[in-house]
Amino acid sequence: MASVEFKNVTKSFGEFKAVADVSFDIGDGEFVCLLGPSGCGKTTSLRMMAGLETPTSGQIFIGGQEVTHLHPKDRNIAMVFQDYALYPHMNLADNIAYPLKVRGEAVAARHGRAKEVADVLKIGHLMDRLPSQISGGQQQRTSLARALVYPAKVYLFDEPLSNLDAKLRLEARGFLNHLQRDMGMTAVYVTHDQAEAMALATRIAVMDHGHIVQFASPIEIYRRPATTFVANFVGNPPMNLVEAEGAQVDGKLALKAEGLTIAGLAMTDAIGKALATSNKLTLGVRPEHLGIAQTGAANTITAPLFANENMGPESLVTLDRGDSARVTARIFTDDHLDLSQVVTLGFSAEHVHLFDSTGKRIPALGE
Amino acid sequence: MKLTIPAFVGRIAFSALAALIGAIFALPLLWFLFAPFNARAELGLALPDPWTLNNFVTVFGNSYAVQALWNSFIQAAGGVILVGAAATLAAYALSRSSIPGKSAVTYILLLFSSVVSGSAAMVPIFLIISAAGLMDTHIAVILTFAGGLLPTAMFILRDFIDSIPKSYEESAMVAGASPVQAFFDVALPVIRPGIVVVVVWAFVNIWGSFLIPFILLRSDSNMPASVAIYSFYSEAGTPIVTLLAAYSLIYSLPVIALYLFVSWKFGFRFFGGIKA
Repeated sequence: MASVEFKNVTKSFGEFKAVADVSFDIGDGEFVCLLGPSGCGKTTSLRMMAGLETPTSGQIFIGGQEVTHLHPKDRNIAMVFQDYALYPHMNLADNIAYPLKVRGEAVAARHGRAKEVADVLKIGHLMDRLPSQISGGQQQRTSLARALVYPAKVYLFDEPLSNLDAKLRLEARGFLNHLQRDMGMTAVYVTHDQAEAMALATRIAVMDHGHIVQFASPIEIYRRPATTFVANFVGNPPMNLVEAEGAQVDGKLALKAEGLTIAGLAMTDAIGKALATSNKLTLGVRPEHLGIAQTGAANTITAPLFANENMGPESLVTLDRGDSARVTARIFTDDHLDLSQVVTLGFSAEHVHLFDSTGKRIPALGE
Repeated sequence: MKLTIPAFVGRIAFSALAALIGAIFALPLLWFLFAPFNARAELGLALPDPWTLNNFVTVFGNSYAVQALWNSFIQAAGGVILVGAAATLAAYALSRSSIPGKSAVTYILLLFSSVVSGSAAMVPIFLIISAAGLMDTHIAVILTFAGGLLPTAMFILRDFIDSIPKSYEESAMVAGASPVQAFFDVALPVIRPGIVVVVVWAFVNIWGSFLIPFILLRSDSNMPASVAIYSFYSEAGTPIVTLLAAYSLIYSLPVIALYLFVSWKFGFRFFGGIKA
């Protein structure tokens, strides 16, 4: 196991900067998720760690050793590909044992080791099959077994679960979490699924347009998203964002927006500073912090009902504030919710997030 | 299922027409199967009476004809090995590397290839081979065919390799394989069905070609079978049908055998990627 470091790494494809001056440190034994929408540079970053792409500028270190221009084979890393990349002409035993074959291990030894790993992953009985003769979930575990069959410094995952159906994905996610606890491996995991990142990562790097927007623990990213982009990307459903005009009234913060009633939000220096630049603020409230409330009460949003989806243990209530600005609440009840045409959702002041006109988080009191 | 009368009549008419067309195509093939075993074969279709192998005995007694089959084999095999190996390496490089203008190279080569093995370029080819001192050698025929067939072979293979995910070799290299190892262990087996298609195509092309060996070769001992068939014509130019038929059958067997072998061993299937 080893650490990974990016130092001012940039990767351009012609005019397009896929990764723009990115620096970060991944500690030994950390499980870091690179999270972001497609085209944000997360896969390119991973491929540069693997040596499958060369940075346009900057340096990459693995275990303290510079590997920027090192061939993938000399980096001693393991990688699981999105399409699994199982060799179609080799049976599972040969597929899993391939990394040992190129390391010069004898047939018996490498097949024995492959069987051990396959047994852990519950594909040990399929060793004679070809990849085309097993199911998608089994293919996924085979590619995982091929990565785990030899001791690597860093394990790289490129959206390994995105080709699985929902149930298998949950199962595989749980297994990866268990594996990480068991092995304490250093892993970098690329995904666009925020739930996967939250569940697996010790730290998440949220990326957008080639930059790292926030690099923090899942709980930190959930509790204190650094920008509206992060707030809107993490959470299921993501955080509700309401654009409002802010002003200081009687030593308190007043926010004005259609259907929004706010009372008693404490003023801070940070808010004052943001207001000095622009009075356009964004209010953020997570769906799980919203509940049905009395019309006209303090700290509420009132708008016409858009959708009322019963999910079993919870209901998703969505209001339409016009201009496709929607607000969704997660109401934790297994009862059917009887709602009128216009609904009021309430929240408590402690669950309010504020962002300034550039989308940056305004630190709350005590942050 | 009940058919209406017009539909029934229509089907009968269609079947009859199809049978007629089939028969027209089948007749020469039947002749081709019967005539070699007929001691008095003529251009008309007739059942051999009695069946005999005398025609083959005569053909195999003709050392020139046997030598020609061997020459055909040397030229076809040489050409196929050269085309197969060169096209694979070139197509792999063109597909996987990021050389600027690589597709222009492929298309220009493809454009000119139809000229190289065509009759239009016969004079320059003759002069080049002559100047190189390769006149009347197998190498001359092999090189000319390789030059003519390579661009198309490269084009077919490049398309084939393009459709194979890069992640095969990438995963091999991440696992510790050198680029050469990744090529031979992973890429080559996956490309193999494409190579087989190209090899069969090139073999059939060279095996059946008449003009190029006819022009580039001088001595009888170097002529391939496609040219040697002309030795079964009498001085007056009329064919000796019995021998011609027997030799034609022998001449076509390797191509049929190759096709059957490939179809049995590879089934002309493409691996492509694994369904995700």
